Amino acid sequence: MTQLLLFNIFNGLIIGAFYALMALGLSLILNLSGVINFAHGGFLAIGGYLAYTLTPYLGFWGALLVAPFLTGFIGILVERVLISPLYGRDPLYSLLLTFGLAFMIEDGTRFIWGAQSLPYHIPGWLGAPLSNEYFFLTGYRVFMVVLATLVVLALFLILNYTRLGLRIRAGTLDLETVAVLGVDVRILRNLNFGLGIYLAGLAGVLAVGMLGLQPNIGDNLIMPSFIAIIVGGLGSLPGTLLGGLLIGVASGVTSVFFPSASEAVIYVMMAAVLIIRPRGLLGEEGRL
Amino acid sequence: MVRFVKSSSDILIWLILLGAPFWLPAAGSYVELGTHIVVLALAAMSLNFLLGFTGVLSFGHAAYFGLGAYGTALTIKYLYPSTPLGMLVGVVIGTIAAAVIGLMIVRLRGVYFAMCTIAFGQVFYFIAFQWFSLTGGDDGVSAWHRVPLDFGFTTVNILNNNKAFYYFVLAVFALSVGVMAFLLRSPFGRTLLAIRENERRARFLGIPVDAHIWMSWVISCFFVSVAGTLFALMNDFIDPRAIRWDQSGTFVIMAVLGGMRNFWGPLIGAAIYIALQDYLSSHTENWMSFIGLFFVLIVLFFPRGVLGIIRRKVVS
Repeated sequence: MTQLLLFNIFNGLIIGAFYALMALGLSLILNLSGVINFAHGGFLAIGGYLAYTLTPYLGFWGALLVAPFLTGFIGILVERVLISPLYGRDPLYSLLLTFGLAFMIEDGTRFIWGAQSLPYHIPGWLGAPLSNEYFFLTGYRVFMVVLATLVVLALFLILNYTRLGLRIRAGTLDLETVAVLGVDVRILRNLNFGLGIYLAGLAGVLAVGMLGLQPNIGDNLIMPSFIAIIVGGLGSLPGTLLGGLLIGVASGVTSVFFPSASEAVIYVMMAAVLIIRPRGLLGEEGRL
Repeated sequence: MVRFVKSSSDILIWLILLGAPFWLPAAGSYVELGTHIVVLALAAMSLNFLLGFTGVLSFGHAAYFGLGAYGTALTIKYLYPSTPLGMLVGVVIGTIAAAVIGLMIVRLRGVYFAMCTIAFGQVFYFIAFQWFSLTGGDDGVSAWHRVPLDFGFTTVNILNNNKAFYYFVLAVFALSVGVMAFLLRSPFGRTLLAIRENERRARFLGIPVDAHIWMSWVISCFFVSVAGTLFALMNDFIDPRAIRWDQSGTFVIMAVLGGMRNFWGPLIGAAIYIALQDYLSSHTENWMSFIGLFFVLIVLFFPRGVLGIIRRKVVS
C-alpha cells in the first residue's frame, strides 16, 4: 500500500512537472501579452516530433538540446507574423487565432508524420529501473524530474537576475511604463513568447520519451495547464509552478483511492480555489 | 435610411428562413443542411447575447450546449419517450449548471473569465466521456430517436418528415431569438450594453455589474442549451465531440464571422461556416487545417465580420 501510494505520488509529481512546464510557458505569455495560447499543446507536439526527426542525426542528447530551441524559434516566427498584429485588440481575436493555429498544427503534424503513434527511443540505461524494490523509479523518470527542476530553476534565475528577466517582470506589472522607459516592447514580447514556447517544446521532448508520439499528445496536457494557472494564481509564476505540481500530485493520489476520479479532482480543486480565493493561491490582489 | 434597411432586412431574413426547405433543394442542397444551420445559429446567437451585447468572452458554451443535448437524449432513451419532456429536462440541467458555475466565475474579467469558462466546460466533457454506463463514453448515446409531437387534436411527425422538423426547429428558433431581442430592447438589455461600453462607468452609476453579468450569462446559457436539445434531436444521437472545447470555438467564430455587434450576425456566420464545413469535409481529409486557416484569416483580415462591413458601408 505504501509502495502504491509512493508510486502514485511520484507519478503525480512527474505529471505535475509536465503541467508546470506547460503552464509556466502559458503563464509567461498570458502575463506579458494577454494572450491565451491555445496552440501551446500543438507546440508541445512540434517539440516532440522535431526531436524524433533529429534523433537519428544528433542522438538522444543532441535532440533533447536542439529540438526545444527550434520549437522556440518557430514560436518567435509565429508571434512576429500572426500574433503581434493583434496586440491592443480585444483578447477574443488572439484567442481565436491560437485556436485556429492549434487545429492547423495538429492536422499538420498528422500530415507530415502520420496519424499512427510512433515509438520514441531513449537510451537503454535511462529506461532501466534504479532499484528492484521501487520498480517505478526508472532512470528516465528521475531524469525528467531533475531536468524539469533545473529548467524551472534556470527560468527563475533568468527572470530575477538578467536584464531580460527584469524587463519581463516589469512589463507584467506595467507594460506602458516599460515602453516609455525606452524598452522595445515588441522585441520583449517576441522573446518572451519564444521563451514560453521553448518550455512547451522541452515538455514535448520529455513527454514523448514516456508517452510516445501522437499528433494530439498536447490535448490532454493543455487543460490541466490552464487549471494550474487558475489554481496557482493569475499573474504569479511561482503560483503557476505550485499549481502544476499540486494538481499533478492530487490526481496521482486520487488515482490510488478513486481511479475514475483522478481527472475530476483537479476540476474540484479549481472550483474550490475559485470559491474560497478567487485570485488563486499565490495570486496578487487586484489582477483579476 | 438605416431604420428602413434594418426592418426590411429583418423581413428578408425571415422570408429566406421560412422558404429554406423549398429553395435549398432547388439550389442543389438538402433540407437537413438548413436545419443544421438554424440550430447552430441559435447557439451562436445565444453566445452573442453575452459576447456581443454584454462584452463578456465565454469560450465554454459547448458545455451547456452539450448538457442540453445529453439531457434530451438520456430522457428520451431512459425516462419517457417524449420530445418536449426531453427538451425541458435538457434545458433545465444546462441552465442550472450554468447558474452554479456562473456564481464562481462572475467576479473574473477578460481573458481570465474566458480561461475559467474553458476549464469548466471541460468538466462536462470528461463526465460525458468517462461515465460510460450512462453516456456510452466515446460512442455516445445512440439507439433512440425524436418522437412525433402530440398536441392532442393532431400530431406533427417531426421524425420522418424533414420539412416538418425544419419548421419545428425554426419555431423554437423564432421564439428564442424573439425573447432575446425583447430582452435586449428592455431596460435590462440597455444596462448590459452600458456595461459592455464602459464597465467602470456603469459601476459608478450604481448598476450591480456582477449580478447583471451573471444574469446575462445564465440567459445566454439557457438559450444555448435550447440549441443543444435541438442538436440532439436533429441527429438522433449525441457524443462527447459536441461538448468539447473546439465546439465552443466554432460558436465564437460564427459570431465573429457574421459580425458580433449585429443581432443577426451569428446567423450569417453559422450559414457560411456550416456550408463551408459541409463542402470541405466532403472534398478533403485535411479539412481541419482549412478550418484552422479559416479562423486565422478571419481574425487577421476580417475581424468585423460580414455584417460589420456592410453596416459600415450603409452608414457612411
